[in-house]
Amino acid sequence: MTITAPPRPPAAAPPPARPSSGRRVAGLLLRWWRRLTAMRTAIVLLFLLALAAVPGSLLPQRSLSQNNVNQYFADHPSLAPVLDRLYLFDVFSSPWFAAVYLLLFVSLIGCVLPRGLEHYRAMRAAPPPAPRNLLRLPDAGELPTALPAGQALDVVEEELRVRRFRVVRREGELSAEKGYLKETGNLLFHLSLVALLLGLAGGKLWGYEGSILVTEGQGFCNSFQQYDTYSAGPLVDSGDLSPLCVDLEDFRAEYEDNLTAASFTADIGYGAPGEEGRTTTIGVNDPLRLDGDRVYTTGHGFSPTFTVTRPDGTSLEDVSVPFLPSDQATMASQGALKVPDLRPDGEDQLAVEGFFAPTGLVQGGVLTSVDPRPLAPQVALVAYQGYLGLDSGIPQSVYSLDSAQIDRGSLTEVGSANLSVGEAMTLPDGTTIAFTGYRQFAAFQYSHDPGQLWVLGSSIALLTGLLGMLLLRRERVFARAAAAPGDGGTVLTLASITRGSGENAPRFAALTDDLTNALTARRSAPRSPGPGPEDPPRVS
Amino acid sequence: MSPDELASLSDSLFSISIALYSLAMVAFSAQLAFGRRAARTRELVGAGGPAGELPTEAPAAAEGGRGRRWGTVAMVLAALGAVAHGGVLVARGLAADRLPWGNMYEFSTATVFVAVVAYLVFALRAPGLRHIGLFVLAPVVLSMVLIGLFLYAEAGPLVAALRSYWLAIHVSTAIIGFGVFFVSGIASVLYLAATRHEERVAAGERPGSLLSRLPGAAALDRVAHRTAVFGFPIWTFTVIAGAIWAEAAWGRFWGWDPKETWAFIAWVVYAAYLHARTTAGWRGTPAAWVNVVGLGVMIFNLTFVNMVSTGLHSYAGVN
Repeated sequence: MTITAPPRPPAAAPPPARPSSGRRVAGLLLRWWRRLTAMRTAIVLLFLLALAAVPGSLLPQRSLSQNNVNQYFADHPSLAPVLDRLYLFDVFSSPWFAAVYLLLFVSLIGCVLPRGLEHYRAMRAAPPPAPRNLLRLPDAGELPTALPAGQALDVVEEELRVRRFRVVRREGELSAEKGYLKETGNLLFHLSLVALLLGLAGGKLWGYEGSILVTEGQGFCNSFQQYDTYSAGPLVDSGDLSPLCVDLEDFRAEYEDNLTAASFTADIGYGAPGEEGRTTTIGVNDPLRLDGDRVYTTGHGFSPTFTVTRPDGTSLEDVSVPFLPSDQATMASQGALKVPDLRPDGEDQLAVEGFFAPTGLVQGGVLTSVDPRPLAPQVALVAYQGYLGLDSGIPQSVYSLDSAQIDRGSLTEVGSANLSVGEAMTLPDGTTIAFTGYRQFAAFQYSHDPGQLWVLGSSIALLTGLLGMLLLRRERVFARAAAAPGDGGTVLTLASITRGSGENAPRFAALTDDLTNALTARRSAPRSPGPGPEDPPRVS
Repeated sequence: MSPDELASLSDSLFSISIALYSLAMVAFSAQLAFGRRAARTRELVGAGGPAGELPTEAPAAAEGGRGRRWGTVAMVLAALGAVAHGGVLVARGLAADRLPWGNMYEFSTATVFVAVVAYLVFALRAPGLRHIGLFVLAPVVLSMVLIGLFLYAEAGPLVAALRSYWLAIHVSTAIIGFGVFFVSGIASVLYLAATRHEERVAAGERPGSLLSRLPGAAALDRVAHRTAVFGFPIWTFTVIAGAIWAEAAWGRFWGWDPKETWAFIAWVVYAAYLHARTTAGWRGTPAAWVNVVGLGVMIFNLTFVNMVSTGLHSYAGVN
């Protein structure tokens, strides 16, 4: 953050007491810094962060589904561009979201670093001397004992050391402290958050991810040219991707009796290009993990195969086209077959829009799917002829026909049919389209995130720090010995103060009871050769 | 017993536990009605006491014998209800041969169970808190009825994505965290009510309402804070475990899926609550409101995000 001082008109005769402008800027900066690092600001920033995340879950996000964003644009043509300019479709990568969390982290660092220094000093320093009036502390009490003052404090010191207090003896009094780890946990927690953010950022900068549909018997290699969609961090060099190719050998989907999906597994072969690959099986919850990279199977579907034969005998044998599932429960799928190049003139191209049902049921001429398993595969096809426009330079989906082309009349419907495996339909010009069978396809995702382990480590540190911070107790105990009025015994004044728990009274009572017992026991037992009262103050 | 019998046993136990909780509510109301007013002086001491310990003094001393008997009956009924409630989950789990939190019906039922158990544990350790039984059981019964009416799903096998040992880790801790936050949120709501009540009493009014039977505001605030302190690391762990599972199941450890986003929002709000409670200017009522907002976020995350948003956490199984 930079703050520049407003330009001041040159004053004719500035009063002598006025501080220099440099000092005023410094004062202003200091005030701003203090305000930013105040806990109150942190709470407000936490709220802002929570609030800023809300639109990211209520509006469609590009990072999750470009399709949903497009749909939103179509549904709200006037509102969507306004929202888009406010980055509301990219909330989590928007400048204002970044502003909130960066301010929060600056505030956090500004708050934690001084605390860390102070904690470091406190860990090296002796516990502070006892306050003058111990009985004013929240938990305090007096213990009379017949032991002389020095011995009484010895007993207290021993009992406290057993409880892992750090004890320092001063003239006629004693200070003890424990629970430094509580503050250490606090610092660890907050610094882990910073480490986590750095890990996330690193993953975003150097990570990439690509997705591709692969039909059984085919494969892909790890390169951005091959992926159907990919996203890469700004520092990824596309020449640096790990050289790996994956072939899908077999895909299996298993279902329970009530058709709940039980497992999806893909048998794959993988290895560097041109190398003898290894084989393995990956599935849901079970990706292939290689050094820094992961390969997932994220979905599946059917690729029906067709043989198209022209009247002149030229044919395209067993072309398989992936059809995208439109209903995961029944695996009813939709897709398109585009045949631009059967004849050289290219003016009479063929396009088929299709619906695939793994287990088909035809009612009133309409095909529906009733089962996700391929028990009785059927397709419903609508064939078009005309000009596909594949060479027009306008990108188009390989999974559907452009309805505008049909509306415009560049494609005209020439026939439709419901086919089972082995059946064929014949178009008016004599072309036949045969449904010859199906293969399965799997959707693969290839991910590379170098920040991932760093983030995991930070999360574990974060949780450890959190547990230490919330469960441990910072406790100080003070004791002062004074001669009792009268017969020469001693009155011990004890007090304790705790950070981190409101319920200290029962613990203090227990400590007092133990001390009373120890004092009584010491009095009846022969004197042990323990540290005498003449010993100088010690710090442990 | 066959899976079908176990499934229907589970469903019967669900109704039985609602019935027992309702009876316990009646008994808690009777306790409040028959208990003597003398309790109020004790509350005020509790609220102003600097040491601020839980009001552990047995209310029996101040309370009429009838009120005490009703209190015991209510606790026994609530405990029996909790046993039946636990039975719902056990029978479900046996019927489906898996952990009984595979869909929203089971998840919510388990969450409410954790809340009831958390309340019972508190009430056993600090008898002064038994008074709030009515205010805990009323939302419990309401939630159970809503769960039964709107979220019910037949016992069935899990979808492939949920077949992982992370189900036991991630979802169990989510249930425990949510249940604990539920109790914390209720304590903060009661704290807000009790603060207002105490202010009116201090102003010389004599509001004759059930609120005068609440434990002191300071005690409620401590219950809210302590449960939130207990719940926050559990929730943190839930989110981390969820991220580890997501890395294996969905190909990334964090993707701002709606459920992830709201889990993050809840985490941030509870972090704000824990900070607010130790920050001058935020202590007391403002902090309690933050906690109530946290509970609202948790409930929103369970209901709206599961049923309206489309995300990867679409396991509600609600038709």
